[in-house]
Amino acid sequence: MIVRKPLPRWADLILVPFLNLSLAFAISGLVVLMIGESPVEAVKILIFGAFGYGEGLGYTLHFATNFVFAGLAFSIASHAGQFNIGAEGQAYVAGLGAILVALALDQTHWLIVMPIAMIAAAALGGFWGFVPGYLAAKRGSHVVITTIMFNFIASAFMVYVINNFLKPPENMAPESASVVNAGKMPQLREWWDYFGYSPLNVMFFVAILALILTYILLWRTELGYKIRTMGANPSAAHYAGISNSKIVMIAMTISGGVAGMIALNEVLGVQNRLVLDFVFGYGFVGIAVGLMGRNHPIGIALAALLFGALYQGGQELAFMMPAVTREMILVIQALVILFTGAMEGLFRGPLEMIFGMIEMSSSSDDADKDDASASSQG
Amino acid sequence: MTDKSQANEQRPDSAAASQIAPALAIELSGINKHFGPVHANKDIDLKVARGSVHGIVGENGAGKTTLMSILYGFYTADSGEIRVGGKQVTINDSSHALELGIGMVHQHFMLVDNFTVLENIILGAEDSSLLQPSLDKARKVLAQLADEYELNVDPDALIEDLSVGAQQRVEILKALYRGADILILDEPTGVLTPSEADHLFRVLETLRAQGKTILLITHKLREIMAITDEVSVMRQGAMVKTLQTKDTDPAELAELMVGRRVLLRVDKGESVPGDVKLAVEDFVVKDDMGITRVKGINFEVRAGEIVGIAGVSGNGQSDMLEAISGMRKAASGKLLVKGQEIIIDGDDGAAKMRDMGVAHVPEDRQEQGLVVTFEQWENAILGYQDDDAYGEGVFLSIPAARAEANEHIKKFDIRPANNRLKVANFSGGNQQKIVLAREMSRDPDVLIVGQPTRGVDIGAIEFIHNQIVAMRDAGKAVLLVSVELDEIRSLADRILVMFDGHIVGEADPATATESELGLLMAGVSNDDVSVSNGASVSNQENVALKASDEKSAERNMQGESK
Repeated sequence: MIVRKPLPRWADLILVPFLNLSLAFAISGLVVLMIGESPVEAVKILIFGAFGYGEGLGYTLHFATNFVFAGLAFSIASHAGQFNIGAEGQAYVAGLGAILVALALDQTHWLIVMPIAMIAAAALGGFWGFVPGYLAAKRGSHVVITTIMFNFIASAFMVYVINNFLKPPENMAPESASVVNAGKMPQLREWWDYFGYSPLNVMFFVAILALILTYILLWRTELGYKIRTMGANPSAAHYAGISNSKIVMIAMTISGGVAGMIALNEVLGVQNRLVLDFVFGYGFVGIAVGLMGRNHPIGIALAALLFGALYQGGQELAFMMPAVTREMILVIQALVILFTGAMEGLFRGPLEMIFGMIEMSSSSDDADKDDASASSQG
Repeated sequence: MTDKSQANEQRPDSAAASQIAPALAIELSGINKHFGPVHANKDIDLKVARGSVHGIVGENGAGKTTLMSILYGFYTADSGEIRVGGKQVTINDSSHALELGIGMVHQHFMLVDNFTVLENIILGAEDSSLLQPSLDKARKVLAQLADEYELNVDPDALIEDLSVGAQQRVEILKALYRGADILILDEPTGVLTPSEADHLFRVLETLRAQGKTILLITHKLREIMAITDEVSVMRQGAMVKTLQTKDTDPAELAELMVGRRVLLRVDKGESVPGDVKLAVEDFVVKDDMGITRVKGINFEVRAGEIVGIAGVSGNGQSDMLEAISGMRKAASGKLLVKGQEIIIDGDDGAAKMRDMGVAHVPEDRQEQGLVVTFEQWENAILGYQDDDAYGEGVFLSIPAARAEANEHIKKFDIRPANNRLKVANFSGGNQQKIVLAREMSRDPDVLIVGQPTRGVDIGAIEFIHNQIVAMRDAGKAVLLVSVELDEIRSLADRILVMFDGHIVGEADPATATESELGLLMAGVSNDDVSVSNGASVSNQENVALKASDEKSAERNMQGESK
């Protein structure tokens, strides 16, 4: 006899992701085994590389910072029912705002540069999100299509801008002039040398703040209520007098703005100048982070940390195990995305059955509970 | 019993079959089904005699549809046994059910709108990769079936051009074409005019006479009394009792369904109409496709009265409701609230109407009135989220919203009394109470109510009706739109009948008969009704069928599918 029970919350939030991850790692392990290396050794290197020493941890947290912004960007739009896969382009364009402010105010103080650069980056990233939002709200274009197109437009646009306006004449490489002074985001290693040469900077704290603010926005404000209503049931939102078109545009703008924070972390935190393709796929990984984190700030924080660790530990692994190439690291990351994002429900059904069986075998008061719940449903 | 033996004599083939097969068409024992925490079917036993019409009644959420879906292979039971024709079977999907001779006519038709009747009939039952042989065969079988069962449909008509009644006949034909011996009909009369329903019942009687077994799921007790041989009552997922229809009466069934005595009519005093609170003038509304649904209507609703809009679903009521509640811009005409003209522009017009003191209980609570994935307290402020009572400025005060939700739970006896429960986990009746509580608690001047008791159990219907009357007695202007004629007749102080986007007549609920209203609903205007009674009986049906077939067909369907 088969009885299915819905999973308890802890199993839903912890057990399922854990099993998905385990499967991803198990298959990755097989891949490692096939090329003649020891998976156990690989895991050791990966974990040590990500968390074992200051510099590694610094890199992990630095990558995680990007993923937090990208994941939040995805999930804010997602709560409004919009599948924004354009964080990549939004962050890219935001880099323009960040570098222009930083170059202009390079001789002031980072406390002045940072907020203004954030506003500029958010404005440009937000605009890059707003346009697809506007097209979706007013013209019915699908944001998946428009945001993909906008990633391409961003790419071409930035090449043009960098080559024609930002590249100093004496420079050969397609990149802007460097910020040297206040335009650089302060590195945490300046205060704790524990972090070695890792580029972990103050944007890490901004990311934590963004997680908290996103929670407040979505669950503690009227706007958040409207966004969630819109995402959960657009007809009900319409019935409630919530303008669907406004909410779509607002959510897409906020989403793009948050994605723009990646620009500060990378452009002003690592490169100190605007280079081509500095977003480096963080925006796309943000989709997986958002999905795996169930669009909730706590989940996103954990998922971002996981992907940060994979990025950093993976690089370490590629370095320590020459047989494991960078492409193989990508495969492992892809497996994690596949099992935690795309095939998230893989274990759900079987687990529900197992939980059902456990309850069946251990239930004496179960019948009473069922009666109570059924009568409340009746 | 005589019926059944006759049936067997008439059909030698089925008689031969039933010599080996036992008298029971279906036997279910110990069926259990859970959905999450909901125990939807509890140890259900059911025996259905071959060649009978077996009714299954129960409140919404009693588990009728779940049980039938298990029989049809839509769901798999968690435990229990199914016997079809005496043989134990496991039904994994609907094609398997069909092989066993079980066909289902769903509440919402499963037809492809822009296919012809024939194409729909053979859909999924094609004999080969070439369609033509199947189509030819289907055409022959269809003609035969049409003769045998009074199931007349033009095989080459597009589904979207057919009336709802005709579409339902196509569904029945589909099942018969696939060799169904046992037909399950889920709330078949919900979308039909009274005369279409009569036609359906004649078809069912013919089917029974030919030895088919029919399972009829409904919440309308009158239909049970009219057509069934036996009736099983379900309550809260359990099978309460199975009775011979001739030995029971509606009052007993209602009591069994609800578990206590039920008042089947509304107690209300005379209305004392006051000032005009809501009025529409030459009101024209178009739907999303740009099709005119409401074609210039005029009416007013005064304080302290309930104006009921009757009509078959899909004759413009939904679009009218949306326009009056601010969700849709009227194409032309005026909308006046308390004498003030309201212009709707933008897609947040509903907020404007709420500000004017117009509360709206929408027709479809799950689609519009609620966010079912939200908790009850979050739904308690839906539409009023900007109100300072639930947090000033940009913030939302969760304690204030929860307090409001608890207030609703207390006043409207919403169960379970847990404001943290997701609305999807409440029963239909309690969901409706959540909406009503929200809309009635804010002391509106005008209350617009669409289908207040659709999918609501009898116990809750009584409560909801009393609440609506209480609003009227408190001096509110109430506009009630319902496809349940009984509901309109018992609640409304004035009845307006809507057909094809027009108000085709006004009636006094105290004096209007059901057949008068039925005729109006079918588009026959007041003047035409005054034919002598004897002559009009057959006439009435023809006119009604014809009118609804031709005129309301498209609208009906589009109204429904929206």
